[in-house]
Amino acid sequence: MATTPRSEARAGLKLISPTAIYVILLLALPLATVLIYSVMTGGRGNVSLPLTFDNYAELWSKPVYGYILLKSLLVALTVTFITVVLAYPVAYFVSFHVKPDRKSLWLFLITIPFWTSYIIRVSLWFVILGYDGLLDKTLMSLGIMDSQLNFSSYGIPAIIFVLAHAYAPFAVLPIFVSLEKVDRSLLEAGQDLGESRWVTFLRVTLPLSMPGVIAAALIVFIPTVGDYVTPKLVGDGREPMIANFIETALLKLRNYPQGSAFAVVSMLMVGIVSVVFVLLNRRFIGGSK
Amino acid sequence: MKAPWLRGFTFLYLLFLYSPILLLPIFAFNASKVVSFPLSGFTTDWFVEMWNDQNLRIAAKNSLIIALSVATLSTILGIFAARASVRYRFPGKAPIMGLIMLPLVLPEMIVAMSLLVVLLSIGVNLSLLTVIMGQVLICTPFAVAILTSAFQSLDRSLEEAAMDLGETQWSTFRLIILPLVMPGILASFLICFTISFDEFIIANFLGSGQPILSVYIFGQFRFPAKVPSMLALGTVLVCFSIILLGFAEYMRRRGIAKAGGKDTGGFL
Repeated sequence: MATTPRSEARAGLKLISPTAIYVILLLALPLATVLIYSVMTGGRGNVSLPLTFDNYAELWSKPVYGYILLKSLLVALTVTFITVVLAYPVAYFVSFHVKPDRKSLWLFLITIPFWTSYIIRVSLWFVILGYDGLLDKTLMSLGIMDSQLNFSSYGIPAIIFVLAHAYAPFAVLPIFVSLEKVDRSLLEAGQDLGESRWVTFLRVTLPLSMPGVIAAALIVFIPTVGDYVTPKLVGDGREPMIANFIETALLKLRNYPQGSAFAVVSMLMVGIVSVVFVLLNRRFIGGSK
Repeated sequence: MKAPWLRGFTFLYLLFLYSPILLLPIFAFNASKVVSFPLSGFTTDWFVEMWNDQNLRIAAKNSLIIALSVATLSTILGIFAARASVRYRFPGKAPIMGLIMLPLVLPEMIVAMSLLVVLLSIGVNLSLLTVIMGQVLICTPFAVAILTSAFQSLDRSLEEAAMDLGETQWSTFRLIILPLVMPGILASFLICFTISFDEFIIANFLGSGQPILSVYIFGQFRFPAKVPSMLALGTVLVCFSIILLGFAEYMRRRGIAKAGGKDTGGFL
């Protein structure tokens, strides 16, 4: 019953066709439309010919676009750095210091907050950090502060804090998986050869777990750079990020070509950063020989 | 080997992860409209207020309709894609699978907006249906990931044995493969349900102001008077998702045990 390659190919294509057609119609086609819109001329709610690169030229010439892209990039990279640095010791603890039969339970405990309503978690931070919120009331009743701290109005730092909380569990799992793959006999060998535990960690464990660290960075970076709710709720909405700006351009100003061009540039930026992460990963895999 | 520093850090980390969620039950049962310490006494008023909120009921009903449809559709589309990619080699496999998994690496806002622009320009009215269409795009990659590992742990020889014994391709699938991957299917369904139920961006932009739970919650938190009943709602939702996820994890492990595999942990 060995199938010939051609009939296998036909069977495979037939089987995948419902899913493939769905994503082509609802994902590929819309993305292509955005790409085409971005080189068209247009005003409020309509697009027309001729094709032009003016939309991209305007993105380049007006500093506000660059500012929002750069701000989103820096916020997302900071959040990524914080979450990965905080997650590493946790993943290390679960991988190296928890009994094998208890590991699933620990991972489950860490992932639960991620699966509980994102909207509620972010809104709770708003209740806690907002003006006259729980934090302000507690600080004032304890006599630590005389007036409201109103941390939520601090804009970017508050956004970074809330995002770092929201995406924290994302980072633990990939690092944990790569730590699990580290051959324990290598560590013993290192210590037998007279390296201290710390040096063994730096020279063996850390480089070997780098693919997991980079995967974690990527998993945190992509949703944070495009986050919509947190910048809208925290920081009084005064620090819009990419997603908020796309909303303004496409839905409020209804400037489809300009909004599309901005969306395309944002996608490019996310893509370039992701490729850099992946290349870094290659280097580590190559470097470990 | 004990590692007190690491253990202490991990506990602090868990405390940080859970801290806002722990506040939910504390203030949901607190007899004060204002969220602050010290607590003023026990009450279930906020749960009663939540229960009597008619708009909330409509939103919850809409969310259930959406989440059930999205979970069903994504899991079905996921079965097609996962089965095809595990079982067959065919031309264009890498780009097709790449496109299916693309929403994992694309900011959700861009998925939502590109779909919205197309829907608006061909004159489709926004409704619960358009929300379902968009969320299926987001959930299918998760379904594919879960189902791929379920199909991978299948022993190919079982299938060949069934075919040798005279079963057709379809009856083999129904009698042998489907029961073996059933735990994976259930896990995929539950996880897609949870993702859809929580999802905000697509619900907000492709739903054109229809009351949907996540959108409704987001709106209500802005009114301080509404916050306690939202905390009550949050408490109920957190309990639900813990139960659902516990069940999903149980099914996943049972599936792995059934197929004779080894637990490698985690949903992702």
